[in-house]
Amino acid sequence: MEAAEKYDFSTVRWFSIAAVVYLVVGTLVGFYIAAELAWPVLNLDLPYTTFGRLRPLHTNAVIFAFGGSTLMATAFYSVQRTCGTRLWSPSMAWFTFWGWNLIIVSAVITLPLGLTQGKEYAELEWPIDLAIAVVWLSFFINFVMTLVHKKTSHIYVSNWFFLGMLVMITYLHVVNSLAIPVSLFKSYSLFSGVQDAMIQWWWGHNAVGFYLTAGFLGIMYYFVPKQANRPVYSYRLSVIHFWALMFGYVWLGAHHLQYTALPDWTGSLGAAVSLAMIIPSWGGAVNGMMTLSGAWDKLRDDYILRFLIVSLAFYAMSTFEGPVMSVKTVNALSHYTDWTVGHVHSGALGWVAMVAAGALYHLVEKLWNTRMYSAGLVNLHFWLATIGTVVYITAMWVSGIMQGLMWRDYDEYGTLSYTFAESVAAMVPYYKMRAIGGLIFWLGGVVMLYNVIMTVRNANREA
Amino acid sequence: MADKIYSTKLQDKIERSAILMLLFTMVTVSVGGLVEIVPLFTIDETMEHNANPEIVWQRKAGDTLESWKAGDGIRPYTGLELAGRDVYIREGCYLCHSQMIRPFRDEKERYGHYSLASESMYDHPFQWGSKRTGPDLARVGGKYSDEWHRQHMMAPRSVVPESVMPNYPWLAENMVDGETVEASMKVMQMMPGVGHVPYLDSDIAGAAEKVKGKTEMDAVIAYLQVLGTMAKLDYNKTYRK
Repeated sequence: MEAAEKYDFSTVRWFSIAAVVYLVVGTLVGFYIAAELAWPVLNLDLPYTTFGRLRPLHTNAVIFAFGGSTLMATAFYSVQRTCGTRLWSPSMAWFTFWGWNLIIVSAVITLPLGLTQGKEYAELEWPIDLAIAVVWLSFFINFVMTLVHKKTSHIYVSNWFFLGMLVMITYLHVVNSLAIPVSLFKSYSLFSGVQDAMIQWWWGHNAVGFYLTAGFLGIMYYFVPKQANRPVYSYRLSVIHFWALMFGYVWLGAHHLQYTALPDWTGSLGAAVSLAMIIPSWGGAVNGMMTLSGAWDKLRDDYILRFLIVSLAFYAMSTFEGPVMSVKTVNALSHYTDWTVGHVHSGALGWVAMVAAGALYHLVEKLWNTRMYSAGLVNLHFWLATIGTVVYITAMWVSGIMQGLMWRDYDEYGTLSYTFAESVAAMVPYYKMRAIGGLIFWLGGVVMLYNVIMTVRNANREA
Repeated sequence: MADKIYSTKLQDKIERSAILMLLFTMVTVSVGGLVEIVPLFTIDETMEHNANPEIVWQRKAGDTLESWKAGDGIRPYTGLELAGRDVYIREGCYLCHSQMIRPFRDEKERYGHYSLASESMYDHPFQWGSKRTGPDLARVGGKYSDEWHRQHMMAPRSVVPESVMPNYPWLAENMVDGETVEASMKVMQMMPGVGHVPYLDSDIAGAAEKVKGKTEMDAVIAYLQVLGTMAKLDYNKTYRK
């Protein structure tokens, strides 16, 4: 194999398998905590299994374990292919792999124990934060140095997006994690109140914007054209998409704090830029989808391509919904409700997980130089993922909007129509429906894991 | 092929150099954060107590955290309250309960006066939350008895049948550790700038003694009971434009 000598894909293989395993684990925890809200008895009266402790485990598992492994697999793969050069340091990539997995293991241990900094999506305590910084920088340096040694004249667009993610996540992680330790397992954020809130949501929204969007757009820009076997629709659109996203996305965090004690100018600025972000986001979605122009028939029997294209449809939908929710009048209703949770999951399940699945199937076929064990199972996964996502987000739309309306409803005497407890009771059917949606999505992940294992086994047997 | 420029000269130059692309990206992504975050540390209007000093506790010589009375103004948490807040964070309460009342008619009637930035200036980290699976707690202090809270945390559905909150029986068994409380207060005292927590050394010195024999349940209840009761807010006054 020529490619095997030219490139180093050993870590890419491991990251790919790890990603599929973490997809199954992370969504299983998600399903469990969804079920806890529908059936509180599942909290089991144990500290380690309550919603409040498992929820950070779910978010860390899906974002950092699944998302991270996917990003590292795809970035290390595509940077070599698009630069026509070998990974700068394969041993450093191994350090990244084992370091990252060690961090994941420590998260699995510490979060159920209640060791947390108490900042959403940045819960891990300070020693683990330090480890994250070191391992992330090893990923960063290896990636940039591979770009430096490129054999091509220009840097391909997918790498721009990966680079943007690497830079921004470094900024975010370092600033948002600043804390003074009390002990080895306890620290307090250096910031307080309103400043802490702004910094947290600058981190929170950009973890979405750069980790789960820019990084996964890097995936999209490499794997969609590859799987479709056609060039990216528009180079110019890519340039606009990239710089507009890099400049604009960082402003959006403030829209999480509309009508709070954050000064109005900050929230309004965040909302204004959020609205403007529809343009580059849709530009990017169009760029991805139109890559198929003239080859739409491929969707009929290429199930991997289906994942990639449907993910772009969800990307377009989420990036429309997001700006709408940042409009003050809509936010007044949607904030604090399940609508936000639904929005996150239309992005996380529909966009991130689907584009990741497409890319990972593509990777497995390339890395083991084979075809998937069962195309039918890829198709089954596709439908389970799609249906699961739709059930999930529909349940959350209904419950979120209903919650928002119930909280602000007045009766004919001018008093509040509902107690808070009544709004909780009204959510139960939707919490059950959401758990079912999550279960369906998780089953899709199990199908994928089985399919990948069988593919690799068969490939190894033949080799 | 490689020599033809498909965009602008600058873009082409950037695309040919990994270092240039890295530098341009580093600058581009830093703008939004700098513009939105830095002024929050420097503009006085961000914190309402700069224009309304009466909402902060004006501590006189000889005053202790215990001699403070509800409504005297925003003050640092007592050792027991701080320990309760640590439990609140450990159990992830902020994932289902907000502590940020918005300036709407329904929220005013349901929860009380809208929250001020100054009210959370001693909160490292902030506990505004992002979700209300349960109700807002910014002004829950004094709304229920200690006994109600105890019962509610042992078995939420025994007092609120619709609740989906977990039971927290272990809080009644775990004891508060005095040494940790003092260490935590010392760290708070070290916080620089706008987030400085003005503990006196005398507040910290006796803290371990005061939490002796207290359970985590006592601590959480002490924390909940002080929420929103520190500053007496005037409904006819505009604290925030």
